[in-house]
Amino acid sequence: MAGSVEANAVGAVDRAVCVEWLQRVGDNALILGHRVSEWCGHAPALEEDIALANQALDLIGQCQLWLGLAAEVEGKGRTADQIAYLRDAGAFRNLLLVERPNGDFGQTLIRQFLFDAFHIALLRALTESSDPRVAGIAAKAVKEVAYHLERSADLVVRLGDGTAESHDRMQKALDLLFPYTGEMFTDDATDRAMAEAGIAPLPSRLKPEWDRTVADVLEEATLTQPGQVWQHGVKGQGGKTGVHSEYLGFILAEMQFLQRAYPGATW
Amino acid sequence: MYAQLVKSEGSKSREEMTPEELSFQDRIDRGEKVEPKEWMPEGYRKTLIRQIGQHAHSEIVGQLPEGNWITRAPTLERKAILLAKVQDEAGHGLYLYSAAETLGVSRDELMEKLHSGNMKYSSIFNYPTLTWADMGAVGWLVDGAAIMNQVPLQRTSYGPYSRAMIRICKEESFHQRQGYDIMMKMCAGTPEQKAMAQDALNRFWYPALMMFGPSDKDSIHSAQSMAWKIKMNTNDELRQKFVDQTVPQAKYLGLTVPDENLVWNEEKGGHDFSEPDWSEFFAVIAGNGPCNAERLGARVKAWDDGAWFREGLMAHADKAAARRIAAE
Ligand SMILES: [Fe+2]
Ligand SMILES: [Fe+2]
Repeated sequence: MAGSVEANAVGAVDRAVCVEWLQRVGDNALILGHRVSEWCGHAPALEEDIALANQALDLIGQCQLWLGLAAEVEGKGRTADQIAYLRDAGAFRNLLLVERPNGDFGQTLIRQFLFDAFHIALLRALTESSDPRVAGIAAKAVKEVAYHLERSADLVVRLGDGTAESHDRMQKALDLLFPYTGEMFTDDATDRAMAEAGIAPLPSRLKPEWDRTVADVLEEATLTQPGQVWQHGVKGQGGKTGVHSEYLGFILAEMQFLQRAYPGATW
Repeated sequence: MYAQLVKSEGSKSREEMTPEELSFQDRIDRGEKVEPKEWMPEGYRKTLIRQIGQHAHSEIVGQLPEGNWITRAPTLERKAILLAKVQDEAGHGLYLYSAAETLGVSRDELMEKLHSGNMKYSSIFNYPTLTWADMGAVGWLVDGAAIMNQVPLQRTSYGPYSRAMIRICKEESFHQRQGYDIMMKMCAGTPEQKAMAQDALNRFWYPALMMFGPSDKDSIHSAQSMAWKIKMNTNDELRQKFVDQTVPQAKYLGLTVPDENLVWNEEKGGHDFSEPDWSEFFAVIAGNGPCNAERLGARVKAWDDGAWFREGLMAHADKAAARRIAAE
């Protein structure tokens, strides 16, 4: 990467804080990509198999860039792969929402939509980051995620306003997953430091845009927004700070198996 | 192959052919392509549906043995490559179902026949993928064997099938190189990795040879399909080519092909090799392979679980159409 760390805005904030934040963005992509890839070959239509694989591919690609940058900023000679494959669950920084199990296809779609609406708002803001490397990754990812959102929103509308059964499944999925959206918009010390350095937006700033997107799509889908419900992980004890659900351990047991069973091997 | 034991309809001598059939055969002999709207013998159409359908089913069932390792891929790059590969296979399924549709059969009809066991898919996908080296072996041997068959099929007489093959072949050769690349990494790796690679070759060698189907020298079905240029080479020709191509590649990897009778035959300019156990092949085709129940079960489950999704989309399309009409 051209330029020293100091030449970039990242120099304006503590390295550890920056690495922490980069892992949040990278881990969301990694864990959601993992979940989406579980559908491969099992989707309800061939077109969905293709679209989901594509989405997983985009997310894994984004994760490589974010974790690659985390490794670079950290400056300890680690690689993106080592960050992905050799951390235990407590060191992961993804949102609880993205580690939720796939459930039926409705749950997968609602999870995707709720995340996409957040993801696009975040990436749009990041394209204006004071750090050119962050802005560069965001500029690439924002195009991919715009398409993810277009697709997930479209399917939420069509299935919400489809048959009685599809409506019912989508509403249940929404009720099930909505309590995991609050965590996306909580600000903590890491977020504030990044915002002060102009590298990333405060998460709470993204909420109005997300609210609008979600309200518009749910209305067209004839689905009811759950409203003020209990939110998991918002009191500083959530995925962002490394306090995960039981699911993450199993995801990692699967994902990291070869790296753990054959330490140091090249693949 | 991806289409094995495809039963061919009718085989007539020139004397028995109607004038229409004669001129059709002449066109094929001249190397012309047959297009969907044009007249074709009913047997030609039916045989093609069977073959293209079986090929399409093989592509989508073929997602499963490799999909099995996506979540366990050892690096992010390997994960991305494998995802892209499995996605390609789904795409191949899509091209092929579309080609079959030009012959008057819908994708849903073909899927139903797969799910009810009335149509088959390639025997190879009923074998398990047990280690990461199997991702290498499948790409190298299975995609490799598929290419052997599909490269000549680019010249097949049916236009849409031929065009689908041209698109597919480009991607398949990519898959094969990626598979071989995994094998190279494993063979240059730790002793455990190399052992994994050898074990994968041991398990996939004979199933890969079976992909070409039993010897068809006396098969009237094959003769008819070859006359129609739906089948371009005999099973034995392709198998021989595959062995001759693969043996030096195994040697380069430092792996041993699990066949004591394998030897270069100077006279014929090819290898002598052992036949696979054809009783195993017929058992797998009949549904008794190690993973038949899982593979077909997974496809049926995906289809059944997805019924509400497909119905929901159709209901929405109907509603949207009704709203458009009401607004006019
Ligand atoms: Fe394929
Ligand atoms: Fe392939």
